[in-house]
Amino acid sequence: MMKRLLHGVPLHATVLLALLLAALVVAPAFANDYLLTVLIVILYFAYTGQAWNVMMGFAGQLSLGHALYVGLGAYTTAALYVHFGIGPWIGMPMAILISVACGAIIGFLAFRFGVGGVYFAILTIAFAEFARIGFDHFSWVGGSAGFFLPVANYSHDDLMNLRGRPAMFYYVILALTAVAFLLCHALMRSRVGYFWQAIREDEEAARSLGIDTFRYKMYAILISSGMTAPAGVFFAFYYNNLFPEQTFFILRSIEIILGPIIGGVGTLFGPIIGAFLITGLAEVLQELLTWYGFDPPGAKRVFYGLCLLVVVMILPHGVWPPLSRLLRVDRETERTGDKAEP
Amino acid sequence: MAALLAVEGISKNFSGLRAVADVTFAVPEGEIFAIIGPNGAGKTTLFNMIAGVFRPDTGGITFDGTRIDGMTPDAVCRRGIGRTFQLVRPFPALTVEENVMVGALLRHPNLSSALRRAHEVLWRLDLFDKRTQPASSLTLPDRKRLEVARALATEPKLLLLDEVMAGLRPTETDRMVEILKKINNDTGLTILLIEHVMRAVMSLAARILVLHHGAAIAEGVPEAVVREPAVVQSYLGAEAL
Ligand SMILES: Nc1ncnc2c1ncn2[C@@H]1O[C@H](COP(=O)(O)OP(=O)(O)O)[C@@H](O)[C@H]1O
Ligand SMILES: [Mg+2]
Repeated sequence: MMKRLLHGVPLHATVLLALLLAALVVAPAFANDYLLTVLIVILYFAYTGQAWNVMMGFAGQLSLGHALYVGLGAYTTAALYVHFGIGPWIGMPMAILISVACGAIIGFLAFRFGVGGVYFAILTIAFAEFARIGFDHFSWVGGSAGFFLPVANYSHDDLMNLRGRPAMFYYVILALTAVAFLLCHALMRSRVGYFWQAIREDEEAARSLGIDTFRYKMYAILISSGMTAPAGVFFAFYYNNLFPEQTFFILRSIEIILGPIIGGVGTLFGPIIGAFLITGLAEVLQELLTWYGFDPPGAKRVFYGLCLLVVVMILPHGVWPPLSRLLRVDRETERTGDKAEP
Repeated sequence: MAALLAVEGISKNFSGLRAVADVTFAVPEGEIFAIIGPNGAGKTTLFNMIAGVFRPDTGGITFDGTRIDGMTPDAVCRRGIGRTFQLVRPFPALTVEENVMVGALLRHPNLSSALRRAHEVLWRLDLFDKRTQPASSLTLPDRKRLEVARALATEPKLLLLDEVMAGLRPTETDRMVEILKKINNDTGLTILLIEHVMRAVMSLAARILVLHHGAAIAEGVPEAVVREPAVVQSYLGAEAL
């Protein structure tokens, strides 16, 4: 299993990855509460970015409505917990199911009728907006007044019910991120992964090679929406409150895609590096502005936007592709290892 | 012997413009068959109907004993027809071998056997040494051969080639002709090609169909077709002989 997963990955890339994972595993022992909170946010965006990347980075379908799947995952498990006392891990399959069902409807409507590109993106926004308005009036889960999970001061971690201290949440989101990474790694090097990349590069050419593009685009949205739902479960139990106006807001969807765009769309490490950069940048800017005592309203956002602009202008394919060449873990070096004979 | 491909009276209109008008021909198994004609004659449109991109307005297309007109392009490919595009359409971000592997994955779901199959095809097309380059870095002659390699990797019974020699220098054209001849010889693959380069057509094709304004104006063996007055007048011009 391990051997299969690591096939074709250069040794020092595996070592670097192991070091990164080890650093993240021991981090809570050294990090204060503030740093731990920042790391949780980073991993949350690394996870959701990875899920979004399956659609856009692998299959070339731009979704601007991934907050929908986060929100459905969050509301489903929160409702099951509050109303029926069903724990988040048992609720999670239900959350995934509902998310995937919604993804299936959007995918079917779009791909069956040849809606692509920006029109597809608009459709995904529209569905997230429907959900926002719908949940505003959905009184069973609090409507626009919000939905709250019971909170107490936890001295013990209850992993089964996801009630506990930040370190527990940290390990939960770290595990989710690691699983998502391995899943995407496997997908990228599979038949489905190559068919997705062919569709992303040129859909008509892909069809001419016998690829049923409708079916594979459906797989992409089903997997991506299903992967996104657990992020919502985490969100609900970590923050303990859900408001439709925030959960399904388009800004939430935009936040999800910033990481992979800055890090590198269609790469495995892009969403992770991107999450570190955007969240780290926001925190550092906050610190700097406070340090200099310069904090007019909106200043942070303006600087944040400018920094992102500069990164995108200098590195149009994201940070990871050039960084991977620098670390010598890119595909070129990866491939010199397997000199296959005909 | 029954024809591998039988096209019967197919037509296609584009909002009033008659791109293909009542064309009938048949390609026997194992043959190299050429379609020639001036620009705008309807050659690519004819290909697109066979490949499933357009549904013919009239007529029918039978391949390997089954009606395929109206099938989707991917279904047509799965039935055994590979095609290239006149304007090449590689997957630019993928490497040369990945491009061909995507084609091979159709019949070889296992990744490593698809890669092995891709390497075999790359050898045939003289692209093996460039297999790890991104497709976007290839020159036009290489891209044209990549286009053929990718289609071949789907293991078709019939290969449709749309002007794969256009824009090539004479030495490159000869190289392509040799490659196609060898594939046809070794595997018995049936090839239907659209071509402007008459030198290539004359040395490859067993039979030629001439299209003009969407209609077939001549069909037969190369030596006879190029002497028909209608063909000379409409397409070849006196000096081409
Ligand atoms: N998709 C299309 N929509 C409208 N007109 C088209 C389309 N494709 C081809 N045509 C027209 O049909 C005619 C035949 O084109 P084509 O089949 O590409 O010719 P050829 O390949 O022989 O040069 C041309 O007049 C062309 O402009
Ligand atoms: Mg043409």
